[in-house]
Amino acid sequence: MKKALSLLLVCAMTFSLAACGSKESGTTTPAEDNSQTEADAQPEGDAQPEGETEAPAASDGAVFKIGGIGPTTGGAAVYGIAVQRGAQIAVDEINAAGGINGVQIEFNFQDDEHDPEKSVNAYNTLKDWGMQVLVGTVTSNPCIAVVEKTHEDNMFQLTPSGTAVKCVQYDNAFRMCFSDPNQGLESAKYIGENGLATKVAVIYDNSDPYSQGIYDAFRAEAANQNIEIVAETSFNSDNKTDFSTAVQSAKSAGAELLYMPFYYTEASLVLAECSKQSYKPVFFGVDGMDGILSVENFDVTLAEDLMYMAPFVANSDDEQVKSFVTKYQESFNEIPNQFAADAYDCVYVVKAAMEEAGVTADMDASAICDAMVGAMTAISYDGITGKQISWEANGEPNKAPLVVQIKNGETIGL
Amino acid sequence: MMGFISYLVNGISLGSVYAIIALGYTMVYGIAKMLNFAHGDVIMIGGFVVFTTVSGMGLPPVIGILISVVVCTVLGMLIERIAYKPLRKASKLAVLITAIGVSYFLQNVALLIYGSNTKSFTSVVSITPISLADGAIIISGETIVTIVACIIIMIALTAFIKYSKSGRAMLAVSEDSGAAQLMGVNVNATIALTFAIGSALAAIAGVLLCSSYPALTPYTGAMPGIKAFVAAVFGGIGSIPGAFIGGILLGVIEILGKAYISSQLADAIVFAVLIVVLLVKPTGLLGKQIQEKV
Repeated sequence: MKKALSLLLVCAMTFSLAACGSKESGTTTPAEDNSQTEADAQPEGDAQPEGETEAPAASDGAVFKIGGIGPTTGGAAVYGIAVQRGAQIAVDEINAAGGINGVQIEFNFQDDEHDPEKSVNAYNTLKDWGMQVLVGTVTSNPCIAVVEKTHEDNMFQLTPSGTAVKCVQYDNAFRMCFSDPNQGLESAKYIGENGLATKVAVIYDNSDPYSQGIYDAFRAEAANQNIEIVAETSFNSDNKTDFSTAVQSAKSAGAELLYMPFYYTEASLVLAECSKQSYKPVFFGVDGMDGILSVENFDVTLAEDLMYMAPFVANSDDEQVKSFVTKYQESFNEIPNQFAADAYDCVYVVKAAMEEAGVTADMDASAICDAMVGAMTAISYDGITGKQISWEANGEPNKAPLVVQIKNGETIGL
Repeated sequence: MMGFISYLVNGISLGSVYAIIALGYTMVYGIAKMLNFAHGDVIMIGGFVVFTTVSGMGLPPVIGILISVVVCTVLGMLIERIAYKPLRKASKLAVLITAIGVSYFLQNVALLIYGSNTKSFTSVVSITPISLADGAIIISGETIVTIVACIIIMIALTAFIKYSKSGRAMLAVSEDSGAAQLMGVNVNATIALTFAIGSALAAIAGVLLCSSYPALTPYTGAMPGIKAFVAAVFGGIGSIPGAFIGGILLGVIEILGKAYISSQLADAIVFAVLIVVLLVKPTGLLGKQIQEKV
């Protein structure tokens, strides 16, 4: 009994120490140090390139506090980590170039493990930290939960990759990526207009609003495009290892194209199953397919000729893309995916909207939000996930969709 | 008709994996009277060991599987020794919660070591698929190996328990551990042996699972583990032939339900069948009659 008690005490002590440690390390980020010196230097320094800034705002060492939320652990960690890294590159670039309106950015990214409840907790943590603008959240379900909170607090929110319709259902929220229905609609159009197939089989995840949302829009548009859906199979988050039935029903229905509106982990299983059953339709996926080539030990020949909708191609000739990809590779030793690219663009869009609205660092989150919401519909942004992107008041971006194909283990734009 | 046979074969294959996992659950429950929820994650570890040794280090698959069996056996005994043995006299709920804790622990250790990115598992089976009826039915090598392995394991395990000394000791402990101890059976050693065998089976299940469904993540074992637990209850928990029959039936019902009724309702159908079976026969298909002594 005594032993247990002392053990408990030791545990409690370690925890409290650990908590202290993390708090301390949280308050002295290099970014803040950096901004402090920059801002201190500002009043007397004339080296600031930005002419139109409201200089007094930055006089007391103020910074723009931008928060980010996404899964950096758990099953969806790939996306959260990519977003965190992509955004960090943009923040570093902007800070090195003098910040937004001469004010440095401080960026704080919190883990939500792709869980709505934890996402709201992360949001509250960031609010306590003093966040003024939220770049996030990364995945749709948590995003839907967090947007309720940002709406209540009137906090400006720009999600890099929350594709569900409800992610931007309020005025304060915008998104960088395509919405789910938009992707479904565009892929049906693409298949129809390019005559890829008339008989299509669909496998989708009915436990995921992302997959379901895309498929609903696809099905609605398929009728207009003279596409017949000959087989339709669903799976769910508890039941996503066995695709033998799904592939077999697509095969026996004679589908020429297999539409796969879901993520690449399951896609790698579906492709393996198709090869096992020697079934070779045209494979067509959505942006969740991005990353399939980076699955460790994946036999890339299985994905040969796979087409999917993607806003970003890492080996494009575009100068902005090249520079981003080089920096990302230098820092993290891997090729960035579209989530990293979306996040990178997000931070620059926040910058563009802030400059358009002329917000200052001493404004509170709500005032910044009001100013930026107005500015969002006025800006036109050239980034790495599209050119001349503009936004509707409902939060949706206007940009051209891009279809890519995998050839010889590489992604090429079509 | 061809379609039906194909679905049936796929169902038996999936069911065989469930059955091998369920054997691990049912043995541990039968003897230690506890639900080892970490069993599914031992499967995942088994998969990762084979992935590392075969795909990473280039060892032949047979060696990889052997290493995996050894690692999982040791891991299973370690878990039992560290996490469960000190709680042998504690309430059943405490052990159950500990098992869930061990499960999360293993998942997160794998997450730390391997990261959350999906790994594609190279199948260890190199048998060419059998093509019947002009390619209308294709039975993959993995399917054949899984079914054969399941039957061999089932027979070997039954023989071991019936005819070997330690096997009979297991039987004795499962019936009445107190009396078994009085008769000179080393209860602790027997329980450790059970965990060893269960975990070795988990390693084999992991290899077969990942060969058939080649996406490996730290969460790979969790859902098949739960399904296999259902299979064990379905067949009558504690009964070895029950786990076998429960596993196969679960797989077949799942696949046929998906194919002919509704892919959305596949799980609901599986669990509806489970509920009906338990209503009619509360101990499961082959569960023993209640033998509580006063």
